[in-house]
Amino acid sequence: MANMAQAIRLALHYGETHLGVTDIFGEDVGPPLGGVFTCTQGLEKSWNTPLDERGIIGTALGLALAGQRPVCEIQFVDYIFNTIDLLKVVGNTHWATNGAFKVPLVCMTPVGAGIHGSIYHSHSFESIASHIPGWKIVLPSTPKDAYGLMISAIKDDNPVMFLYPKALIRAKGEGVIPGVPDDRTLHKMIDAPSGPTLYDIMSIRENWKPEWPEGLTDYQVPIGKARVVRSGEDCTVVTYSRHVHLAKQAAAKLEDEGIHPEIIDLRTIYPWDKETVFESVRKTGRLLVLNEDTPITNFGEHILREVMEHCFYDLVVRPRLLAGADVPGVGLHPNLESVSVPQLTDLMREMKALATEIA
Amino acid sequence: MDDGLKLDILKHMITSRCLEERMIKMAKSSDGFFWIGGAGEEGFNVPLGVLARPGFGPEYDYFYFHYRNSGTMIAMGMDPRDEIRQMHNRATDPFSGGRNFCNHYARKAWNVMPVTSTIQTQCCIAPGSARVQKRHGGEGITIVTSGDAGTAEGDFHVGLNWSTLPGWELPILWIVTNNEYGISTSFYEVRGEPPISEYGRAYGIPGKRVNGFDVEESYKALQEAMEYVRTERKPFLLEVSVARLFGHSSSSGANRVPPEREPDPLELWANRLIEEGLITREAYDANYQSETSRMAFILEEVRKEPAPTPESAFDHIFYEGE
Repeated sequence: MANMAQAIRLALHYGETHLGVTDIFGEDVGPPLGGVFTCTQGLEKSWNTPLDERGIIGTALGLALAGQRPVCEIQFVDYIFNTIDLLKVVGNTHWATNGAFKVPLVCMTPVGAGIHGSIYHSHSFESIASHIPGWKIVLPSTPKDAYGLMISAIKDDNPVMFLYPKALIRAKGEGVIPGVPDDRTLHKMIDAPSGPTLYDIMSIRENWKPEWPEGLTDYQVPIGKARVVRSGEDCTVVTYSRHVHLAKQAAAKLEDEGIHPEIIDLRTIYPWDKETVFESVRKTGRLLVLNEDTPITNFGEHILREVMEHCFYDLVVRPRLLAGADVPGVGLHPNLESVSVPQLTDLMREMKALATEIA
Repeated sequence: MDDGLKLDILKHMITSRCLEERMIKMAKSSDGFFWIGGAGEEGFNVPLGVLARPGFGPEYDYFYFHYRNSGTMIAMGMDPRDEIRQMHNRATDPFSGGRNFCNHYARKAWNVMPVTSTIQTQCCIAPGSARVQKRHGGEGITIVTSGDAGTAEGDFHVGLNWSTLPGWELPILWIVTNNEYGISTSFYEVRGEPPISEYGRAYGIPGKRVNGFDVEESYKALQEAMEYVRTERKPFLLEVSVARLFGHSSSSGANRVPPEREPDPLELWANRLIEEGLITREAYDANYQSETSRMAFILEEVRKEPAPTPESAFDHIFYEGE
């Protein structure tokens, strides 16, 4: 099973060879590095840009308006904030021109804490992104979903923000991406050889070329479709990105205590799969939304509001949100980070209280 | 310039001016809201439109205009009716369906990219389509216009930098029309190192200052700059002196500024052609009068066209296929 970096790379390769992707670009995206998280190694259409996020988003829009199909990267989402007005322009162009221009572009960028990233490598962005109309927003939690969501994002004729969890970039997941060989073979085929310094890497990779698996497909995860990760009847946990895995761990532990939670991986937050969430809430009557973004006007609050409107009489106890702390940043020391983003113990406490509260 | 061309330019300048004057009247009545436009820039903007190559795809020029390029659009063949539709925010407005301010053009068939009110963002976007032209070859270029105040935005420098990456020098004609004001703030109050035409020097981009009140000088400078960008496939920067004959916009009153403060390029050009004997004063006045009446007549017709419906606000949020 590929890891997430490999999955993204494979999808981009499929995109550049089968789906008309013309440009894959961003800071350190091209050779020799192929991305600080290796997501773009060996890609034919990849190129390096100046260290300039506004130029990256702007150029992606210009390429898309001129009929190309670009994928751009913001190296860390923490550095996307100075492009907000351009993201607005990208998102509103189709509407502002009354449908005359379409904007088929993908912006990929790693999000979230979990790598001791301190104040500027730990941001979440989905809540802010959801305030920028005209974008579709996807957040994969597994390599297979990363592949399938990237293929869907590339094929979409609208701007898609692909927010991937940097903490899971090397994690392997369940499920096999169609056409991808075993780990060891894949590693040999598509991971660029490394070296101790940039100069070594440059010389080692000068003549290196990846050997792409031949059987790659356009396996897609549809945008806007959630996945029920685990069925249960005692409570519903709605989450996405790396907290899917935390929820699974918590559920496995609670199982021993006779609690059976249902876990939903939303996978897309715009448009989000209301039906799957509502259906689960109607079954369990108990809802927890889980993410690591800051809590004020958190996207989870929107989910709670929709659930209140549509499933109010199905709820048997108050619905809850477990989000990041209301602090200006994720501090570096593990004590600071662990108190700033939901941890397993927090989650178990919340889920247990939710599942056992007397109705 | 031959006589026919000179007269054509005069004709477009008159049409463009009469269009702007009508839209100003609309802003001051119940026929429209905010006005912003290009009265005072026609001496340069019309020659730009005459020399540009509108069409669809990288073979043709891509245009990233700001909101003062009415003269260019008229010279490229825009029916003034379309701009009056936008000013009157009709459903028939071909640029935005009643969603955007006047002079916010978007015309895919001519490579006119959507104009936005965000100052200078066009400089970040233009390198995208210019890159397509660089790959494609041919003589198509990307033309970007902005004002002097906007050159303080980082985006201006983003554009200059991205158009000079080694091996990826881009065929972009950067045009800054300098009217010496950002709304009310003098250019000289907020800038240490004019002229703007020299700003490209740090990026290796040649530049030139042009007197935008002089049609012939503008035409010649544009010809030379375009020739360079089309054949060298590298950027060039033009700084053009222009006027704001009705101030910044309707928010500052849109009243005619005193003629001794800012000259009128249309009057200068008309006087010149009258002196040369290409047109009589009477013929010029008659032409002006007839264009003024035409705009009023167009408005009368446009008033009968449908307004966007409330439900249409939800159209085209996402592209959902043909």
